[in-house]
Amino acid sequence: MLLLTCPYCGVAAEETELHAGGEAHLKRFGPGSTDEEFQTYLFQRENPRGVHFERWRHANGCGKWFHAARDTVTLEVFGTYSAQTLEPPEDLLKKIRDKRPGFEWRDIA
Amino acid sequence: MSTRLSTHGRLINRGKQISFSFNNTRMTGFEGDTLASALLANDQMLMGRSFKYHRPRGVVASGSEEPNALVNLGEGDRLEPNQRATTTELFPGLKATSQNHWPSLNRDIGVVNNSLSRFLPAGFYYKTFIQPRAFWKHVYEPIIRHSAGLGKAPRADARDPDTYEHFYAFTDVAIIGGGVAGLQAALSAGRAGAKVLLLEQTAHWGGRAPVDGGTIDGMAPDVWVAEAVAALQEMPNVTLRNRVMGAGVYDHGYVLGYERLTDHAPQTPGPRHRLWRIRAKQIVTATGAIERPLCFSGNDVPGVLLASAARDYLVNYGVAPGERTVIVTNNDDAYRTAIALVEAGLDVPAILDARPQGGGALMEEAKALGIRVELDAAVVKVKGMKRVLSVLRGKQSGDGTVEEEIFCDAVAMSGGWSPVVHLWSHCGGKLTWDEAQAAFRPDAKRAPTGADGEAFVIPAGSADGEMALAKVLENAAAAGQSAAGRAGFEKQAGEAAKGEAPDEAPITPVWMMPKGADYKLRSKAWLDYQNDVKVSDVQLAAREGFESVEHTKRYTTLGMATDQGKLSNINGLATLANALGENIPQVGTTTFRPPFTPISFGAIAGEARGDIFQPLRRTPIHDWIDAKGAHWEPVGHWRRPYAFPNDGESVHDAVQREVNATRKSLGLLDASTLGKIIVKGPDAGKFLDMLYTNMMSTLKPGKCRYGLMCTENGFLTDDGVVARLDEDTFLCHTTTGGADRIHAHMEEWLQTEWWDWKVWTVNATEQFAQVAVVGPNARKLLEKLGGMDVSAETLPFMGWADGTLGGFPVRIFRISFSGELSFEIATPANLGRAFWDKLLDAGGEWNITPYGTEALHIMRAEKGFIMIGDETDGTVIPQDLGLNWAISKKKEDYLGKRAQARSHMTDPRRWKLVGLETLDGSVLPDGAYAVAPGTNANGQAATEGRVTSTYHSPTLGRGIAMGLVLNGPDRMGDVLKFTKGDGGTVEAKIVDPVFFDREGEKQNV
Amino acid sequence: MSDVQLALGGASFDGLVKIEELAGQGMITLRGDLGDTAITGPVREVFGVDMPGQRGTAFADGKGALWMSPDEALLLCDYDEAQKLADDLAAKLSDVHALVVNTSDARSVFRLKGRALREVLAKLAPVDMSPGTFEPGEVRRTRMAQVAAAFWMDDAGTARVVCFRSVAAYMFGILSSAADENAAVNHFAN
Repeated sequence: MLLLTCPYCGVAAEETELHAGGEAHLKRFGPGSTDEEFQTYLFQRENPRGVHFERWRHANGCGKWFHAARDTVTLEVFGTYSAQTLEPPEDLLKKIRDKRPGFEWRDIA
Repeated sequence: MSTRLSTHGRLINRGKQISFSFNNTRMTGFEGDTLASALLANDQMLMGRSFKYHRPRGVVASGSEEPNALVNLGEGDRLEPNQRATTTELFPGLKATSQNHWPSLNRDIGVVNNSLSRFLPAGFYYKTFIQPRAFWKHVYEPIIRHSAGLGKAPRADARDPDTYEHFYAFTDVAIIGGGVAGLQAALSAGRAGAKVLLLEQTAHWGGRAPVDGGTIDGMAPDVWVAEAVAALQEMPNVTLRNRVMGAGVYDHGYVLGYERLTDHAPQTPGPRHRLWRIRAKQIVTATGAIERPLCFSGNDVPGVLLASAARDYLVNYGVAPGERTVIVTNNDDAYRTAIALVEAGLDVPAILDARPQGGGALMEEAKALGIRVELDAAVVKVKGMKRVLSVLRGKQSGDGTVEEEIFCDAVAMSGGWSPVVHLWSHCGGKLTWDEAQAAFRPDAKRAPTGADGEAFVIPAGSADGEMALAKVLENAAAAGQSAAGRAGFEKQAGEAAKGEAPDEAPITPVWMMPKGADYKLRSKAWLDYQNDVKVSDVQLAAREGFESVEHTKRYTTLGMATDQGKLSNINGLATLANALGENIPQVGTTTFRPPFTPISFGAIAGEARGDIFQPLRRTPIHDWIDAKGAHWEPVGHWRRPYAFPNDGESVHDAVQREVNATRKSLGLLDASTLGKIIVKGPDAGKFLDMLYTNMMSTLKPGKCRYGLMCTENGFLTDDGVVARLDEDTFLCHTTTGGADRIHAHMEEWLQTEWWDWKVWTVNATEQFAQVAVVGPNARKLLEKLGGMDVSAETLPFMGWADGTLGGFPVRIFRISFSGELSFEIATPANLGRAFWDKLLDAGGEWNITPYGTEALHIMRAEKGFIMIGDETDGTVIPQDLGLNWAISKKKEDYLGKRAQARSHMTDPRRWKLVGLETLDGSVLPDGAYAVAPGTNANGQAATEGRVTSTYHSPTLGRGIAMGLVLNGPDRMGDVLKFTKGDGGTVEAKIVDPVFFDREGEKQNV
Repeated sequence: MSDVQLALGGASFDGLVKIEELAGQGMITLRGDLGDTAITGPVREVFGVDMPGQRGTAFADGKGALWMSPDEALLLCDYDEAQKLADDLAAKLSDVHALVVNTSDARSVFRLKGRALREVLAKLAPVDMSPGTFEPGEVRRTRMAQVAAAFWMDDAGTARVVCFRSVAAYMFGILSSAADENAAVNHFAN
């Protein structure tokens, strides 16, 4: 059972306090977008074997959404970070590159 | 025969006799006995019958790995099947019965399967009972189910009277296993400064060491164990818990511990089991090793047991498993059993050592005691049915030629030791094959890794493959030190205790005894006692192409019984490897899954039973409704009254009465469950415009507006009335089930998409009791209470006002879900009940009638109002429901707008909402489909619509319904055929969905 | 206010700890940037406490503040004063982006008294209740069995547990079950 540290309240929360929110850093497409853009936004999801960026909510806790970077195979958690960002912070990316050289995730590498 | 001796028995108290019963026969044992040791003391070697062949079975082990000695324990509400006699501590009045026999343990009819066993090989059921098809259900399966199986399931109406609980514990280092390795690891980790939690599954510390002998720091192991435990108890950072089994190791240092608090003393008040939910930074598995049986013909005859178990029964309980015990082994350890038996005055006619070169110091010691040792020796066959009569001896290197018959009543066997790697493996720890010891041991380079990517499990002692006492202690000390270090405690813990024991000669792997055994011998050589899998079965599986160990396991059921193959797995996969001509590590092991041994459902459920099985949400009016004897309906975790039947009144009649009373005079509804979310900020209007399909930013303070919410997929997800409280503040009502979900939905968009918008939300659902006062006399009631002007001029339809009504602080919303003149009144929750009582009291003159959810539903359906969850099911968009009026054309965007522009959503052939009236006035079945001519692509009858809501309307005196129908709104007056449950159809006409008061005159007065 | 009725009418249970449904606990939810002095200033004026930091609590003269998230605080006061104090605070915050809501009726509060309170809480919440790890001064929002809850310790022998009013009976049930006098774990040193 995963343990993720909520960056807002600082609690190392076990999974029963958390709500999983799927893939992180989705770009919303609304009216005016093409069918393909909208389809990609709504339905196409990364499903990597390895480094993944996800959204989680500290639902039974401070109620805040946050991001987590984790390895889907080993369940290593590289870090958690703010939900109010469009991409992972550079220091976290550096840490992941060091541990998983050559990793790729969408347009992040 | 097995007997109690007057000597030995370090764990029993001969001063305290305990009376118990087995198969209704009264027996006695001593305090400290297990059920198994007490049964042996009473010469009850036969303890059960096997699963498939009903062969007589006796105890084979002395601990949690026991496959045979399973009993039904207790009776009535406390009956539990498949309890291991070896881990059941004896208590006064214990009642056990044996399993899987009929009519009795001694005379079992199913044993006929045994004579037929050559016709019942692996996969027999799969192969035989396929044809004819119908025979499986009616003939084969009932017979197989009757003859196979272990314990009895408790009666269906049995209710466990015991209680259970959970406990969350956090520690730096969790150590599983309280043998000398666990104790040493705890001493080291504790001295290094780490917080340590040490778990031991039995009632005793020290594990096998006190039985196996040698010295620790110059002391007898018993003495050292007592000193170590005392030292640990003195350490404030160390917690010791016995009778707690480490059941499983999971991701990120999560460990489950299964504490058995009162199993050994059922009269004790308090919880029976406690599930420890442990988070540890590091885990040390000091789980010891399990001895393997040897595979020879008749190795399951009662009286054949593990050499270590024979020694345990003798040393721990003062019980001799037999008077004449033949020892058969491929390693030195079993010599300890021979020596112990002889020193206790018992007969050991021979030690049959499969190794041509024999053993080391222990062999010499045995010889010096005058025990006969035969080398390159094998048990060709054990003779006896319900107990051992003799052993036929041959050469291990031979083909089964018998050289001698040795009369005996017990056989103590040892095929070597397997480290208990289960907990290491649960979370991904890998194994390596140790050729020298013929065992899988943890591969330290491939440990389970935790959240930081580093190893978090460390094996210690014999669980790490170290079998010599000195090495066990050194290894465990290093494990404890290392665990503490990885948890951040670097202090040096000092030296390991010094263990001394005789050096042992190498083991020689023996997977079949004798090596050249023929089919007849192999087909009576058991691998898995509990599931009746023999050497010949695994060999057959290999011949039939089951090359993967996982497939062989499932085909033969090897290792799939309640013991999960603790004794059988290694022998089984070695047999498979030999049959396939591969190496053992190539074949590999099956997956180790938690729990280590079965744990009770009660422990898993914890406190969740009875009244606290689930949270039941109650409104402030709940108790009144309950006292009124309402017919309840679950809505999410809430209970809402479906109807309030009077004495002798049917629920249906009550519903009709409630509707009529409300429509004609005055009704009262507890609407407290509706969600109430406050949304505030300069961007609140903009935010709600995105959330709702309609325009909320233009709503005037003091006014209400009905709104629809969709998901980004376009589907309708919730609806409700929004009230604008002031320029910056809105109050959003949600459905009963929607409050938490919609509040989370709002927060998600605010936190993760529009975080620069200035909007705050608070879910104030439970701050208020909300009561709907409904009916032509509603205003009169409010006027009678007094305090606020509730006239149509001051408080018009879709307006709201704050004030004091009858002395209560209230907010009144002029909204209607029934089509009647209606006021929804919110008051602080703690005043809710008093307010409700006051309304009831004051409304007497108008026959005020509390109504339930069914009356609510009927009244809304009569008005053609949709209900989330009835008209919607996650595939319905507002446009399907004729709600285009509630979809803003002016807004550029709202959640779901883009999705609703997809081709499938704009398809004119989407089914649309209409009203439905049966021609005969009957009520349409809920969910019924309208059948159309022809068939669909799957060859099923084509459909052109379905019923979404259906009721008997007391107002109209007939059945009314709403449904989604192909081209429905353009087909007014058409008659459709709906399926009924009985196979027939019923005709219904398409009509306008508003059945009652189309102009809305009643609500707008 | 004789018409005030608590969810359980003031239930109590005596076991490993004494559990009481508390009357008279006022609670006000504040949403706003807790790092903004334009918000914490008025809170100090009305409630007499400095806004505590992450997961902190602050108490003074029967009032208090609990840190619930970076933009949410639960302010404590006497039940009868709650609406007035909420209105006062809202008035003082009228020019800043903040939301103040009296939620005194939305929640139920239980007081746990007794040395075993750490143990009782540790049976229900996935929280390390070890002395030294969880101490007075910290508030923890979490899950207790199957419902959301928050709790804090007033002193070594007193804790308060807050849950939604609708699940008060459930909360009282699980607390009472955990506090069964025969169910001591004896896990914590004190």
